Amino acid sequence: MTADDVILQVKGLTAGYGAAPVLQEVDLTVRAGTIAAVLGANGAGKTTLLRTLSGLVRPSGGEIVYGGQPLRDVPVEQLVRRGMAHVPEGRGVVAELTVDENLRLGGLWRRDREDAAKALTEVYELFEPLAQRRRSAGHQLSGGERQMLALGRALVARPKLLLLDEPSLGLAPRVIAQIMALLRQLRDSTGLTVLLVEQNVRSALSVADEAVVMSLGRIVTATSADRLRDDEELRHAYLGF
Amino acid sequence: MDRFVFLTFDGLSKGAVLAAFALALVLIWRAARIVNFAQGAMAVAAAYAGYSVTSATGSYWLGFAAALVGGLLIGVVVERAVMRFVDHSSPLSEVIVALGLVLVVQAVLGMVYGNEFLPAGTPFSRNALSVGDVPLLSRYDLFVFGAVLLVLLGLALLFTRTSVGLRMRASAFAPEVSRLLGVNVGGMLTLGWALASAVGALAALLVIPTELGLHPHAMDLVFVSAFTAAVVGGLDSPPGAVVGGLTVGLILSYVSGYLGSDVTPMAVLVLLLAVLLVRPGGLFSSTVARQA
Amino acid sequence: MSEQTITPAAPAAAPAPAPKRSVALPGFLSGSTLLRHLVLAVLAGVLLFLLTQQLDPFRNFQLATVAAYLCATAGLTLLVGMNGQLSLGHGALMAVGAYTVALAQNAFADKGITGNQVLPLSLALGVLVTMAAGAVIGLAAARLRGPYLAGVTLAVAVAVPAATVTFDETFNSEQGLSVAVEPPPLSLGLYFPNERWQAWVALTGALLTMLLLANLVRSRVGRNLRAVRDDEVAARLAGIHVGRTQVLAFVVSAASAGLGGGLMALLAQSVSPGAFSLTLSLFLLMAVVIGGLGSLSGAVWGAVLLVALPDLTHDSAQLVSLSPAVAQRLEGNLPLAVFGLTLIVVMIAAPGGVQGLLRRIGARVRRRAPAR
Ligand SMILES: Nc1ncnc2c1ncn2[C@@H]1O[C@H](COP(=O)(O)OP(=O)(O)OP(=O)(O)O)[C@@H](O)[C@H]1O
Ligand SMILES: [Mg+2]
Repeated sequence: MTADDVILQVKGLTAGYGAAPVLQEVDLTVRAGTIAAVLGANGAGKTTLLRTLSGLVRPSGGEIVYGGQPLRDVPVEQLVRRGMAHVPEGRGVVAELTVDENLRLGGLWRRDREDAAKALTEVYELFEPLAQRRRSAGHQLSGGERQMLALGRALVARPKLLLLDEPSLGLAPRVIAQIMALLRQLRDSTGLTVLLVEQNVRSALSVADEAVVMSLGRIVTATSADRLRDDEELRHAYLGF
Repeated sequence: MDRFVFLTFDGLSKGAVLAAFALALVLIWRAARIVNFAQGAMAVAAAYAGYSVTSATGSYWLGFAAALVGGLLIGVVVERAVMRFVDHSSPLSEVIVALGLVLVVQAVLGMVYGNEFLPAGTPFSRNALSVGDVPLLSRYDLFVFGAVLLVLLGLALLFTRTSVGLRMRASAFAPEVSRLLGVNVGGMLTLGWALASAVGALAALLVIPTELGLHPHAMDLVFVSAFTAAVVGGLDSPPGAVVGGLTVGLILSYVSGYLGSDVTPMAVLVLLLAVLLVRPGGLFSSTVARQA
Repeated sequence: MSEQTITPAAPAAAPAPAPKRSVALPGFLSGSTLLRHLVLAVLAGVLLFLLTQQLDPFRNFQLATVAAYLCATAGLTLLVGMNGQLSLGHGALMAVGAYTVALAQNAFADKGITGNQVLPLSLALGVLVTMAAGAVIGLAAARLRGPYLAGVTLAVAVAVPAATVTFDETFNSEQGLSVAVEPPPLSLGLYFPNERWQAWVALTGALLTMLLLANLVRSRVGRNLRAVRDDEVAARLAGIHVGRTQVLAFVVSAASAGLGGGLMALLAQSVSPGAFSLTLSLFLLMAVVIGGLGSLSGAVWGAVLLVALPDLTHDSAQLVSLSPAVAQRLEGNLPLAVFGLTLIVVMIAAPGGVQGLLRRIGARVRRRAPAR
């Protein structure tokens, strides 16, 4: 593992809301072109970890190094320009805007208008249902369509690192499988790195290369996804099944 | 009958101005969920700036442009220097701070220009043109309609056709998500205040010559009427603000024409109460927007 | 917004005991809130009585004005601070009280009715009429929230002065009315200064108002007011009738404003719409915010400020020599600017107001004291 390989390095990260810290001394290393699953019980701090990485929560201690550079005091809106895209929990589709507007919003910051338009077309090709509902408002979409929209909007930015918070929430198994397959395909074809927060452990481990398990704001184990999947003892200890 | 026709056109002309002013209120409400109680005072300040430039140069149009630019700047300053720091968890604090601004702005204007009415000129005649022998509209009324229409069209295009408009709408509806998508939400908010303040300034420029003249309190009643107009249309709806403005303008014109102008404040109060109690969301409220 | 927060569910769940605050008071006083407030009021009354003996007529008149303002600011503190309803129309409510008292006083004088009962009677009338007006606004207010309520009360503030023009036969338009006020009772002596008498009347009204409001705030009703302010849904779940509570707050608040307005009419011996403009409404609001919305003591600071600040800015403007024209412009506007600026700064930096600051300083001093 060379240093170039590492796209995201988190050291001793502590963060929270108000006085009480939620994240405590979190260490995490993510290699470029891999999918890392973040697992853990409700309230373990997974969402908080992603929100801290993308700058929505201010860390009270520790360091985040992204693409070789520390992220101290980089404003949230700058991160997408550096290739970090965050699909928030609950998806964050803007309900009042149309599908087309939501998607365009994902590429507005880009200088390369031509490629932004191309990316938009690709997303429409990738997600057929969205292409048929371009003019529908966000609040008229089904849960699955919203997930496609949120994911597609992130892809319009052609990110290097994708932070995905529970993409499977409320979706049918078949759709979940499609999304996981898509992530794997993007990793293999474009070298995309994904930090995947999931409650759906089996699906997540089916695509992930690495896995970390969080509990009470700490990372309690970090290992390869294969090992967590196959080692019953380990699984039992950290995931309870 | 002639009187009715005259009052109708007069009301529409007043209503156009109220519509613009109400639209300015709606703009800020949509962008920041704040009813800007300082908007009247801010608009008057911009109008005074225009007055100064007009007196210095002798040109109405230079003053007009100065007032609009002044309006933009005042909006920027108010948002950046004051409103940004207000605790938004309680609507009380926003209203109270805006009222503090009203006092400061009006006091400063009083100190600089004095508390007398200053004459405000018009670029066109205010004598009504007649069709047959019925006096209908003055050239100035036509100018008012044209200016307001231009602003409406401009804003509609800005919000629906440009990427800046898309950014502004997204920031208003979903600030956090917008930031994640690279939108400078703070900048959009400032821009919203600046635009609204400039539209308010335009309304003040248009209405002040038709009333007693320039005065620190010149927009007090206009503000209340425009607020009523915005409420009639639903604070969330720009088209509602326009229809609300015209409606309130007509009603006020009839009331002051048939009952006397001193009754208008009372009529505004009654109208406002009636709308709020019967249809609190306004006539054009969009309920979908509140689901997210 | 306020330092006093309570859990919304508490008031209806249990009849909370009177707060035990036996810090420096003798034991028998901490038992009954009413008794404690009564003793405090009498104490304040005696002190103020002695004070009026010392002050010159001008200062006594200022003291009387503070007292009249205090009625209104205390009522407004109850409404805004304790119940979370914003009113920009309390200047108009003061006008209702003032005009009622003016008309009543003049009617009594016309009919040749004199004596000690006249003054309390017209003040009571003023309070009653203002209460009725407050009830009407309150009924509407109970259905409105935040900026909507502010807008309606703003419209009230603008409409009421204009109504004096519409009904000019009764109210005599912009000129207003002069108010027939009897001189101080002869029993006080022939040369008793009128200002001291005015101070007595106004202070009596203010003390009474404070006493009643303080008890109300400490009572079950007061807790309901705060519960509704903190969380309407929770208050409703706890069995509090939210609408009724809000109307009640408005009526009580209006009554206090009416008394304040009535006292103003007596002090100035005239009423005119100009004296009760929108600016007065804004001033009142500012006074209670700067004084501190968290407690009735804030209203006292607010009332003092309303009288003292224009005085201070006037004096300081005279320190620098200015041309008469400039001085005249400054005189009316400088207090406005100072008030507005203070309001903004307080709202952003110190939402507890003067009273909140004092409490914080007090707490710090107390914390340090044992260490020395
Ligand atoms: N905005 C907030 N303010 C205060 N505390 C919060 C906030 N958001 C989350 N928390 C707390 O932080 C802790 C971690 O929450 P977080 O949302 O990160 O958990 P999670 O692992 O994403 O859980 P889930 O699987 O349920 O989404 C929880 O105890 C939660 O109560
Ligand atoms: Mg989560």
